[in-house]
Amino acid sequence: MTRIGQLFERLKRENRKGLIAYITAGDPHPDRTPSLVDALVRGGADLIELGVPFSDPVADGPVIQRAGDRAIAAGTNLARVLEIASKIRERSEVPLLLFTYLNPVLRYGLERLSRDAAKSGIDGCLLTDASVEEAEAYVGAMRAAGLDTIFLAAPTSTERRLKLVARYSSGFVYLVSRTGVTGEQASLSAAVGPLVQSVRAVTDLPLAVGFGVSKPGHVAELGRQVEAVVVGSAFMRIVESSAGAPELEGRLEAFARELKLGFGETA
Amino acid sequence: MTQQPDSGGHFGPYGGRFVPEVLMAPIEELEHAYLEARSDPAFQAELAALLADYAGRPTPLYHARSLSERLGGAQIYLKREDLLHTGAHKINNSLGQALLARRMGKKRIIAETGAGQHGVATATVCALLGFECVVYMGEEDMRRQRLNVFRMRLLGAKVAAVSSGSRTLKDAISEAMRDWVANVGDTYYLLGSALGSHPYPMMVRDFQKIIGEEARGQILKSAGRLPDAIFACVGGGSNAIGIFHAFVPDAGVALIGVEAGGRGDAAGEHAARFRGGSPGVLQGAFSYLLQDEDGQVSSTHSVSAGLDYAMIGPEHAWLHDLSRAEYVAASDAEALAAAKLLSRTEGIIPALESAHAVAEAVKRAPASPGKIFLVNVSGRGDKDIDIYRENFKELDEA
Ligand SMILES: Cc1ncc(COP(=O)(O)O)c(C=O)c1O
Repeated sequence: MTRIGQLFERLKRENRKGLIAYITAGDPHPDRTPSLVDALVRGGADLIELGVPFSDPVADGPVIQRAGDRAIAAGTNLARVLEIASKIRERSEVPLLLFTYLNPVLRYGLERLSRDAAKSGIDGCLLTDASVEEAEAYVGAMRAAGLDTIFLAAPTSTERRLKLVARYSSGFVYLVSRTGVTGEQASLSAAVGPLVQSVRAVTDLPLAVGFGVSKPGHVAELGRQVEAVVVGSAFMRIVESSAGAPELEGRLEAFARELKLGFGETA
Repeated sequence: MTQQPDSGGHFGPYGGRFVPEVLMAPIEELEHAYLEARSDPAFQAELAALLADYAGRPTPLYHARSLSERLGGAQIYLKREDLLHTGAHKINNSLGQALLARRMGKKRIIAETGAGQHGVATATVCALLGFECVVYMGEEDMRRQRLNVFRMRLLGAKVAAVSSGSRTLKDAISEAMRDWVANVGDTYYLLGSALGSHPYPMMVRDFQKIIGEEARGQILKSAGRLPDAIFACVGGGSNAIGIFHAFVPDAGVALIGVEAGGRGDAAGEHAARFRGGSPGVLQGAFSYLLQDEDGQVSSTHSVSAGLDYAMIGPEHAWLHDLSRAEYVAASDAEALAAAKLLSRTEGIIPALESAHAVAEAVKRAPASPGKIFLVNVSGRGDKDIDIYRENFKELDEA
């Protein structure tokens, strides 16, 4: 079992919910990412999604698009993200999930990535544009290296598709809260409740909800329904507005803590 | 080969469906709706009537005698897609897909455009059939193709400027996909080339294959035999697959796709995917892609906005690997020179995209006496007059 599986077992044992923090690795600079991850973990993040920037991120809204552009300009590529992961691993056991698109992974090589990722302390991988139909080789390579593969379930997914998503996923299933790209939203979509029910009907895996989750109130609402929530754009907006200033770590930590308090209201 | 693609949309190893899960069910729904429409005689009859009475099909096949004479070799025939309503082959596909959108009960149509021809064709069809229409267009392309931006607005479409990335076709497609993700319920994405996720490459080919079907009959009638070679420019690949498709089983007919050679061989200076590209995944499909060693999509350049795209349609990748089609590149300068030559010898000002196909035929004709060449003139040059003026400054001096 990866650190991801262990995390969800621990959350269950301790009767807690998990906060998953997404950050685009390499923004504002690859050397800074480990310290940003430290800050998120201090603030209470239970799992870190390390975004590997891709030039054409069709599933992302403007905040994460801009983060990716800055990361690429700062020299970030998949190899560099694996180095970042190794650095984080030297001092933390926080579960790490690679979050990216298929093309950088194909270019790196599926076998090579699964081997190198496992060595760097990565626990799993989520590729937003790898449909289950096209994922056979990718899932095979990752599983052989002992890594989790996480797939997205969406409000548009049919029951047949949800079964496939569940079958190919390990660790947890990532539910997209609404039909849309990543980005902060004022309120949660009404699609979440029915989606959670439909996915529960086809799997016993833990569920996390992301896309559009950005406020403690969202966290509170979702904490009643699923095992974890994912927040991304709201963190990356802080990274963007801080422009590398020394107080960035403090702001990320404080915001993670604030989000985490949302779970308190769940009970 | 005519069985391609398989049920998952694969042409050999290429094609497929690589989109976020949110779009997968809508894409399956689209595929089912299309397959149903394709075998529905009423749908086909309505499309055929619009193609004939509204768009102006069949387009002529024209024997370009003075160009042929000037080059002193092959006899060149032109398939005149430039004479269609809105000025390019793009309307064949826009009509077909808009009828499908209506059949699916959609209210709103979105599209991407590079040169603006697909945007204009889609805006036109939306005006005709009463759809709300939003066309995504890169800011750089809006600058290059100003006239088409205005045409779309005059037709009632909203042109949404895309300022991300290279601000060209690739970024317009990404933005259209994001819109589609957010509005899948009532919105139909009318993709303009033989690109993207299955079923688009197959569906767009099906709507464009009428070009080759007509041309095959026409050339048999006027020249008495099949051509020796067919030339078409390849952006995403819709006009090329459209004219190639009917001839794929004719082993004696060389199929020659002409990519944008731009201003040099270095990365970023051209859009020739078979010259420095390698298989990868972009915007829904697996095919030849211009990319760097990290898998980031390379920037591209072409004087013609419609060929300025980093990926080639998956069926072309397959025809290339099978060696059934040959792919070459014509430079900006060669295309410009060919456009001028065609204008001066035949009185036909081609689109800059189409001028790439003309350029390759011009290059090969002198050494090919007795041969018959068929060139797809995919569009007319009206939209490119500003660029021709910039490049032929000597003609502007009063
Ligand atoms: C006249 C014309 N020809 C060709 C193209 C290239 O597209 P495709 O390769 O899909 O035919 C365009 C695209 O805008 C065009 O306007």
